[in-house]
Amino acid sequence: MTSTEERPERSVPKPVFTDAEAGAKEFPDSGPGARRYNYFKPAKRKQTHYEDVTVEVQPDPRHYLTQGWIYGFADGSRGYPLTWTKLKAWGVDDPEPERGPGSGGKPIENWPAHGWHEFRDPNEEWELTMYRNNANVVRQVTQNVENARNAKAFEQWTQNWVRFVERNVGAWMHIEHVLGLYVFAGCNRSGPTNMHNTAMVVNSEHKIRFAQDLALYNLTLSEEIEGFDGSAHTAAWNSDAEWQGVRKVVEEITAIEDDWGEMIFATNIVFEPLLGELFRSNLVMQSAAGNGDYVTPTVMGAGEYDFAQRDLRWTVAAFAPLTQDREFADHNKQLFDSWTAKWVPKCLEAARTMQPLWSQPDAKPPRFEDSLDRAKSRFAGILSDLGLEPPKELNQ
Amino acid sequence: MSRQSLAKAHQKIQELSWEPQYHEPYMKYGTDYTFRKAAKKDPLKQVLRSYFPMQEEKDNRVYGASDGAIRGNMFRQVQERWLEWQKLFLSIIPLPEISAARSMPMLFQAVPNPELHNGQAIQMIDEVRHSTIQQNLKRLYMNNYIDPAGFNNTLRNFHSDYCGTIGRQFAEGFITGDAITAASIYLTIVAETAFTNTLFVAMPAEAAANGDYLLPTVFHSVQSDESRHISNGYATLLMALSDEDNRQLLERDLRYAWWNNHRVVDAAIGTFIEYGTKDRRKDRESYAEMWRRWIYDDYYRAYLLPLEKYGLVIPHDLVEESWNQIWNKGYVHEVAQFFATGWLANYWRIDGMTDEDFEWFEYKYPGWYDKYGKWWENYNRLAKPNGHHPIVAEDVDYVYPHRCWTCMVPCLVREDMVVDKVDGQWRTYCHEACRWTDAEAFRPTYQGRETPNMGKLVGHREWETLYHGWNWADVVSDMGFVRDDGKTMTAQPHLDLDPKKMWTLDHLRRMPHVASPNVILNEMSDADREAFVADYNRQGPAGRPADATS
Repeated sequence: MTSTEERPERSVPKPVFTDAEAGAKEFPDSGPGARRYNYFKPAKRKQTHYEDVTVEVQPDPRHYLTQGWIYGFADGSRGYPLTWTKLKAWGVDDPEPERGPGSGGKPIENWPAHGWHEFRDPNEEWELTMYRNNANVVRQVTQNVENARNAKAFEQWTQNWVRFVERNVGAWMHIEHVLGLYVFAGCNRSGPTNMHNTAMVVNSEHKIRFAQDLALYNLTLSEEIEGFDGSAHTAAWNSDAEWQGVRKVVEEITAIEDDWGEMIFATNIVFEPLLGELFRSNLVMQSAAGNGDYVTPTVMGAGEYDFAQRDLRWTVAAFAPLTQDREFADHNKQLFDSWTAKWVPKCLEAARTMQPLWSQPDAKPPRFEDSLDRAKSRFAGILSDLGLEPPKELNQ
Repeated sequence: MSRQSLAKAHQKIQELSWEPQYHEPYMKYGTDYTFRKAAKKDPLKQVLRSYFPMQEEKDNRVYGASDGAIRGNMFRQVQERWLEWQKLFLSIIPLPEISAARSMPMLFQAVPNPELHNGQAIQMIDEVRHSTIQQNLKRLYMNNYIDPAGFNNTLRNFHSDYCGTIGRQFAEGFITGDAITAASIYLTIVAETAFTNTLFVAMPAEAAANGDYLLPTVFHSVQSDESRHISNGYATLLMALSDEDNRQLLERDLRYAWWNNHRVVDAAIGTFIEYGTKDRRKDRESYAEMWRRWIYDDYYRAYLLPLEKYGLVIPHDLVEESWNQIWNKGYVHEVAQFFATGWLANYWRIDGMTDEDFEWFEYKYPGWYDKYGKWWENYNRLAKPNGHHPIVAEDVDYVYPHRCWTCMVPCLVREDMVVDKVDGQWRTYCHEACRWTDAEAFRPTYQGRETPNMGKLVGHREWETLYHGWNWADVVSDMGFVRDDGKTMTAQPHLDLDPKKMWTLDHLRRMPHVASPNVILNEMSDADREAFVADYNRQGPAGRPADATS
């Protein structure tokens, strides 16, 4: 027979019926019209979930930030200065409201006060989307590689292709990593609005993830292919002549002085079509199948999709309005033109130093000149989307 | 994750570390600290191939719980007293989170060890998660809680309100000035390692006790990321300690960061936990008890003290003084009383304290009733409009305080208030440590040493200055803290939603005008100012005027 011992009552909070749910009472602000964020103007008729979680999180003294920024850098700059790029959106030269004793808050009613605030990321990225998208990519890439491993697909590769992948596909990981960390992550402190800076973070995630995808693919190949040199990518990146041109350009982009706009433009508008897609799409993905490799294009393709369908999309949405800007269109066009004049020759020179790579595989890809023409044509199309003309340097 | 082990995968991605060969990256953010390049291990050991699915899974749990809360009618059991304070907290916190993301590139440049940059990049991504998931939580409250006012105009409120400005230190302080002071010491070493314990662990527990299990769902998920960030801070701190020249700066920055975090976080979270709860079980921990456990024991004794052997000069005096402020000087009670005094300048409703609350406070903080009880009785008496002014303009033995120029919390422990003429302006400070922060630490030289990268305290730091001479109705209207009928105030000093019991702009028109204490201070003669300081230091507790006979 068992006896039940009396246990002292546990000390826990007691549920209480409070009836504090929406609609329980009527009072000013109790209606459905009061149940939306009302402090910003949506880009379209109805505000989006993306806008609700990003817009106005980064404050602006021209809007509601009545006490102003409260910390400054040693040189006196504070907050997110609009001068951290030479690009200009309408309204940026208008003075901030002057506040002082008895001034009141002076919130600007006619909002936005300048054109930067009109930007919305067309990909509508926030935490939910960025984890879903990237998790899907890593699952797919992992499954593709795992399937190839199980099918012994790497055994079909020619020796030359093995060498090509270990050195050249491997070398590309460094480029994605540097651009991801030191351009896109690096610039996320600099943009004028939360929407710009969040888009830069997401772009950075794509690049860093892609770099790691390539590194881990390289590790798998080291495990699966006898004689595959898992360190050759570093040697290629550090000293192969074919890679030094592109490395110089990548490093020079990180060295751009104090202009997030130029960094993003040089990377996503100039570098990516002329060098990134040239290598990824027009060389690696075109030549792999002929060399018995159906796996590498799936890894490369995941990164390519991020650029072509997401990263380029936000960049065009951020920059295209600037060439039509009601106040600074000419200023911005001249600036963009000067940037293309500066970066196109560097990228074309780097592309030509990569040319010997087109001769390395046994089964040859399309001719280098054809690949380059395709890349140039793609670049000209992007410029056209931005409202810009192809520079004369493109004919080099 | 593939069959590759995480350790092997992590080792592999170290091969991505970049040493520039042709061009050095542009160094936008300066620091006065010096770092020697040395091989360092990435403390996070995160690989994105496992990170993204892991975070997605965490998200699935959070959003599943959110859905469950709505379907299960959670809001029928939520305490309004509690959720009203979330209008303040959730208006503030998304900016500090996103600012933490923005601060990570400052560390890429200041800390020349590429192995650490991987962990910092992961933190950057985490912080975007935190900011947007918190904006989303607030959106859910707005949609489902009885009173959406204050949630629906949340970021306008935060940007224009003095409480928001106090909270903004916990954001701008991460991203401005010396990169290491801001992004490492202030953010990761002190804010994340010490004070997120009360923010993201203690406070959610209190939320659950008040019928709100969504705040714990979101914030415990957030806190599971924070533990990674703590490792980032530790790795940078150890690197900084390896150079003797950094020790003077570390001592300065720890003093500033500790004291500022105490002033800001203890003011806000202390108030939420002690005055925002309906859970008055005697055996539930008070904020002081939580602070002693989470901050004094877990952070100060278990984390900071062992670093002394590496040469870190720990601000023992300020740690003990913070405890003294909380336990002996009633810091949290003084702040809560001030919030309630100035209810009309804010955008949430503040419930009065009841006999049950009084009993709990007296049990947890012996002597509480003698100091604060009478004032809270007056608060209840004056809660509903009945021909009188809001409490701030009534005679309830309370002297409206001056603001601290540094932390911007009012100088509530009156005996500690000091004044100084800095940058040509007379300023009040809540404590000598805050005076030191403005007058000595945030300067281009520190103890004779050039500190050209140190930031500055700027802006209109006293909120009342902007509205000096204004009618209160116009102040509230200018800030936008008005409901959709155009006259009923968002804020109320009670929880009754009967429109007849709610304050409107019309009630405020008859009040005396707002007067800026700092403007008045700067108009005083030297003799008047000295007399003012002597009188102020004799005031309190609970804001009582100085005894005329003493």
